[in-house]
Amino acid sequence: MSLTRRDIDSIARLARLALTETEIPVYIDSLSRIIELVGELDHAATAGVAPMSHPLPGQTQRQRSDVVTETDRHELYQRNAPQAMAGLYLVPKVIE
Amino acid sequence: MYSETVTELCSGLRQRKYSATELTRNLLERIQAAQPALNAFITIDAEPALAAAAAADRLLAAGDAPVLTGVPIAHKDLFCAAGSRTTCGSRMLENFVSPYDATVVARLRAAGAVALGKTNMDEFAMGSSNETSYFGPVRNPWDPTRVPGGSSGGSAAAVAARLVPAATGTDTGGSIRQPAALCGVTGVKPTYGRVSRFGLVAFASSLDQAGVIARSAEDSALLLGVMAGFDPRDSTSVDLPVPDYRSSLEQPLQGLKVGLLKEFFDKGLDPAVETCLRAALEVLRSQGAILKEVSLPSLPLSVPTYYVVAPAECSSNLARYDGVRFGHRCENPRDLTDLYERSRGEGFGAEVKRRVMTGTYVLSAGYYDAYYLKAQRVRALIAEDFRRAFAEVDVLICPTTPTPAFEIGAKMNDPVTMYLNDIYTIGANLAGLPAVSVPCGLVNALPVGMQIIGGHFSEARLLNVAHRYQRETDWHRRAPEAYR
Repeated sequence: MSLTRRDIDSIARLARLALTETEIPVYIDSLSRIIELVGELDHAATAGVAPMSHPLPGQTQRQRSDVVTETDRHELYQRNAPQAMAGLYLVPKVIE
Repeated sequence: MYSETVTELCSGLRQRKYSATELTRNLLERIQAAQPALNAFITIDAEPALAAAAAADRLLAAGDAPVLTGVPIAHKDLFCAAGSRTTCGSRMLENFVSPYDATVVARLRAAGAVALGKTNMDEFAMGSSNETSYFGPVRNPWDPTRVPGGSSGGSAAAVAARLVPAATGTDTGGSIRQPAALCGVTGVKPTYGRVSRFGLVAFASSLDQAGVIARSAEDSALLLGVMAGFDPRDSTSVDLPVPDYRSSLEQPLQGLKVGLLKEFFDKGLDPAVETCLRAALEVLRSQGAILKEVSLPSLPLSVPTYYVVAPAECSSNLARYDGVRFGHRCENPRDLTDLYERSRGEGFGAEVKRRVMTGTYVLSAGYYDAYYLKAQRVRALIAEDFRRAFAEVDVLICPTTPTPAFEIGAKMNDPVTMYLNDIYTIGANLAGLPAVSVPCGLVNALPVGMQIIGGHFSEARLLNVAHRYQRETDWHRRAPEAYR
């Protein structure tokens, strides 16, 4: 199966990725080949097989009790923010 | 002292043959000297390392020091270490300073290990050659024109070149075992849930597992014992006691049932690699192991299965890099969408973008059943194949890679050929199984590895088999000529 320019544009938009004009033909080619590779799965007989949901048999996701375990460290965490002010993350204006 | 194993260093430090400070200085000098040739490190933490070494010396002088006191190690640069840069090999995280420690980092530090720095890796652990790193490729110490493997290529190269006696790694599709094999060192990928993933930068959460790269099974047993165990901060961590992996290393192999993975002794395997494997199997047989061929018919589908599941999880995990809270942000965004799209487009490298897009595609409306759900069904078939095999045999053995290390640049323009390189290692990740790679020979002066796979939580058995093999052979003691 071969992907088109329109497919790549749509995937990139869904993935929130800006691509350059030179990248697009590279991804049309390589994603088409990857989709062809994973297409081999079509031949596998999986009728009645339940999809695997956890790598260990019989394991489910553990839950914890609803109690506070972490302290407020937002000042420390915001040191990595590209732009923060007064405890808030700054982004371009969303609402006019 | 740089050529000593972790076990030897532990006793050398306690006997005061050298101080932790001398040892740390010696290895920091080696790391600096090798950096232009190998590029094995992204960050060298000389000052904190020397401070930790001085503290280790005080503890050693006082007696009563924890097991790894003064032993230098390195961390793959996707383990968060408080106050240290954690880049994950990406421009996206070029300036990210972790506010907290990964559990593995904290446990090794509490055991006295001295972290010398952060090792280079494929960007976000996506790659099999270390060529996708934003900080440039790592070179194989056995031949600098060749790749060290990936994604934990910096860790494997550093251990092989005697820059550190051991290093942490992570393995999502072979990222510990494959570079260990290509660099001639020992690599352990534990059972899913055995080692905490808290503080690891996520790639594919149902496959990622932290482990160790060292020069012997004995050293790996010591380090894994420190790293493993229940962690309430990782909801997939398994609450099972950690055995003393060292105590069972010497157990005889008499009667051990070894299954040879039929599908992987087939076309595609370099005949010279097969010759090394057959000789290694003979070593196990001479110790009383019983060899038989075992077939896992769904296993050849592990590459296509992985390249649906891993990108799907990657696209979802990497959605957090939005240019808002941390990580790269583009200049002068027009609006919020432009901020997201350009920050991600600039911050991620070509392979990461390829995987994010593949994952987005297989999860998108209309394709989810055909790709993602189908792959999870095939994954169940693969896990069932392994389960049936372990009803018959104790361990499965196959090569770790089809060929020795390839040349830098050889596969970069063809992602599918690169992906097929992982064919022997991916199965263990899909089924959540532990697996070990040990050096088992040289082909044209390049190392190759034997992979030993076991049932869930059989790390003690795998390390026992690896250790008994290493007692009879010296492949794991060979060092690349330039770094002896």
